Amino acid sequence: MIRRAVAYLDRGTGASPLLRKTLRYAFPDHWSFLLGEVALYAFIVLVGTGIYLTLFFEPSLAKTTYNGVYAPLRGMEMSQAYKSVVDISYERNAGLLFRQTHHWAADVFVAAVILHLMRVFFTGAFRRPRTLIWTIGLLMLFTSLLEGYLGYSMVDDLLSGMGLAIGYGVALSMPIIGGNLALAIWGGQFPGVHAFESRMYIAHVLIFPALIATLIVLHLALVMRHHHTQFRMSPRATERRVIGLPAFPAQTPRSLGLMLAVAAVLFLLGGLVQINPIWQWGPYQVAQGTNGAQPDWYLGWLIGALRLVPGFDLTIGDYTLVGNPFWGGALFPLVVLLVLLAVPAAERRLTRDGSTHNLADRPRDAPGRTAFGMAFLTWVSLIFVAGSADRMYVFLGLSYEGQIWFYRVASLVLPFVAYFVTRRVCLALQEAERIDAERELAEAEAAAARLPAS
Amino acid sequence: MKRFFLALLAIINGFRRRRSEEPPGPSGPIVSPGPPAPRGAELAVAALLLVAALLGVGFMFVYATESVGNRTQWEGLTLGGAFLFLAIALITAGKHLVPEEEVEEDYHDPEHPSEEEAIDQIVRESGSRITRKKLLITAGGAAGAAVGLAAITPALTLGPLLDTDELRDTPWRRGLRLIGDDGKPMFADQVEEETFYTAFPEHAKRDLLGAPVVVVRLPPAQLKLPPERAQWAPMGIVAFSKVCTHAGCAIALYRKPTFAPTQPRPALVCPCHYSTFDPARGGEVIFGPAGRPLPQLPLMVGSDGVLRAGGNFSGQVGPSYSTVRSRGPT
Ligand code: FES
Repeated sequence: MIRRAVAYLDRGTGASPLLRKTLRYAFPDHWSFLLGEVALYAFIVLVGTGIYLTLFFEPSLAKTTYNGVYAPLRGMEMSQAYKSVVDISYERNAGLLFRQTHHWAADVFVAAVILHLMRVFFTGAFRRPRTLIWTIGLLMLFTSLLEGYLGYSMVDDLLSGMGLAIGYGVALSMPIIGGNLALAIWGGQFPGVHAFESRMYIAHVLIFPALIATLIVLHLALVMRHHHTQFRMSPRATERRVIGLPAFPAQTPRSLGLMLAVAAVLFLLGGLVQINPIWQWGPYQVAQGTNGAQPDWYLGWLIGALRLVPGFDLTIGDYTLVGNPFWGGALFPLVVLLVLLAVPAAERRLTRDGSTHNLADRPRDAPGRTAFGMAFLTWVSLIFVAGSADRMYVFLGLSYEGQIWFYRVASLVLPFVAYFVTRRVCLALQEAERIDAERELAEAEAAAARLPAS
Repeated sequence: MKRFFLALLAIINGFRRRRSEEPPGPSGPIVSPGPPAPRGAELAVAALLLVAALLGVGFMFVYATESVGNRTQWEGLTLGGAFLFLAIALITAGKHLVPEEEVEEDYHDPEHPSEEEAIDQIVRESGSRITRKKLLITAGGAAGAAVGLAAITPALTLGPLLDTDELRDTPWRRGLRLIGDDGKPMFADQVEEETFYTAFPEHAKRDLLGAPVVVVRLPPAQLKLPPERAQWAPMGIVAFSKVCTHAGCAIALYRKPTFAPTQPRPALVCPCHYSTFDPARGGEVIFGPAGRPLPQLPLMVGSDGVLRAGGNFSGQVGPSYSTVRSRGPT
């Protein structure tokens, strides 16, 4: 049976040598190497649930009156797009399950990608020969952020509209071309022409997913080409030789198991934990706003940045050159992206080490890198947390303005503190290890010296 | 006949040679065998798989039965549960049923200097007949740029890309009545202090950035409007664009002092990034990221007692962009 299937395949493709090699591909075994896999599986769930949703979603801003089963919205005028999502939630069997699973999957996908990115950073796995993999991963992450933003923006509920208004503000604020850019994207003054909804739709269901999928394929192909990095877990694991579980049989059930576990968690969340209850906020109207509806977590850093920037537009005389949202909404993420893209080359420069590395560092092995990473993480995290200052005000009664001032100062100071503390901790850990090793050596020598006497 | 025979021989020979070039098949085991799997593990995996199957059937049952309460939750539980048990089964199988082995492979150096050299050479030698390299490169560059630009020119159709005048449109004109949220004209003497109203221009589309205004009433003594706006606030009633000058959200919060001496003065607040504007001082920014005051709409009271616009806004509505004037009219 197996033989016949393989023969069929081989006759058509000549791929059996490749297949055989792939079956015995070595996977170094460490839990942290699974984060990227989690992201991949969340992406698969996203595509699956997303296809289901496109079958019922209507990307149209044409107005209609709601007459469905959800009583509080009855008689309200709304777009076809919003109505179709309310209908998916209330009237399509399993619709709400798939919608919420899709939404949860997006949140988990971005979280897994970011954790994976941190793992790769702190182990130095971005070094040669894997620099291009790092670059592709970063592009994928930033594309995914846009993709997620478009996803909740298409729904045309109040949260969508507020998010789009801010997106419009950021587009307008671009130096010189802002006005033209915003008009081109929206087709006119905000909230834009009807075709704007179709533009978001085609971008969300085709262009960006195709782009992300392509990047994933490239990313994985290059990982296979160079093999995974590995920790120095056994003396046989060296810069030249990789040790691990074979893809088949050992790794296959584990990976499939992980995939199903990710799907399980996402579907359980989708079924049991409410997310983005669009019927609560109602359809978007330009004249409405609320501070109750919160966007997805992965946009929090941008909201924080928009809130922290002091109030000024860059002007020449009386004329605006750069609007305020540019700093927090465009320049800040751009800087983060550029810094991360520059990491491999910068490290090569600073350490004067351009050679290839297949052994992963432990964070303490490279105190400078780890300290920089912690400083950068502290910076972005503080700005992220600043995005929840209003929640803190509502829940704890902390003065909003006081918090903003605190974050403004902290985001400038604490990264340096993080840098020095992390460096010290890394050096101390190294030192402790050295002392341990010396003591062990001394004890072994002492034992060896006693031996002949006994 | 002889020829035919020779050909046949040659073919057979070719076959044999081809076969002998193949790498020899494996002689021993490739997968290291290990001891037989523990019996319990096999039974456990089988049981887990059966539970997964049951949950799968359960999902179909819930899906098909209309009378189930909390259907979404049950659907999530059954489908998610089916995946969960499959996952546990597979991971258990991976741990206990599959041979435990390690494999080793070489890391390959990705660089091939001689190949790089050869590619460089191929490209260089391919151009060896060309004598006027510069001319061709220039012409090629011109063609590439022009054709490339031509290909993206249709993007102009996306929107009024080159003419940004549309961004300055608002539906307000002198004499237009203010229509409240309820669709009825707003009477000046019905506007109360410490309350926040949204109004629209009559006979105009409501979903334009330039349409909605917030209307609040302050004690006239508190007003400190710029002198040229002295006539804009009949009876202490002021109106501002409802669209935040930071990034375009709707101003939805009105902070009003409940105890005047210790609390800050009344302010219009945007819920997106908490830009805070002072209605008494012509919409100046008190706090937050906005870079420009809220544009004020001049008001007057008609002979019918209804609030009317006394003209267009004092400045650009909505977020700033290059060329917007930070003070003064658009
Ligand atoms: S949109 Fe109003 S503060 Fe940013």
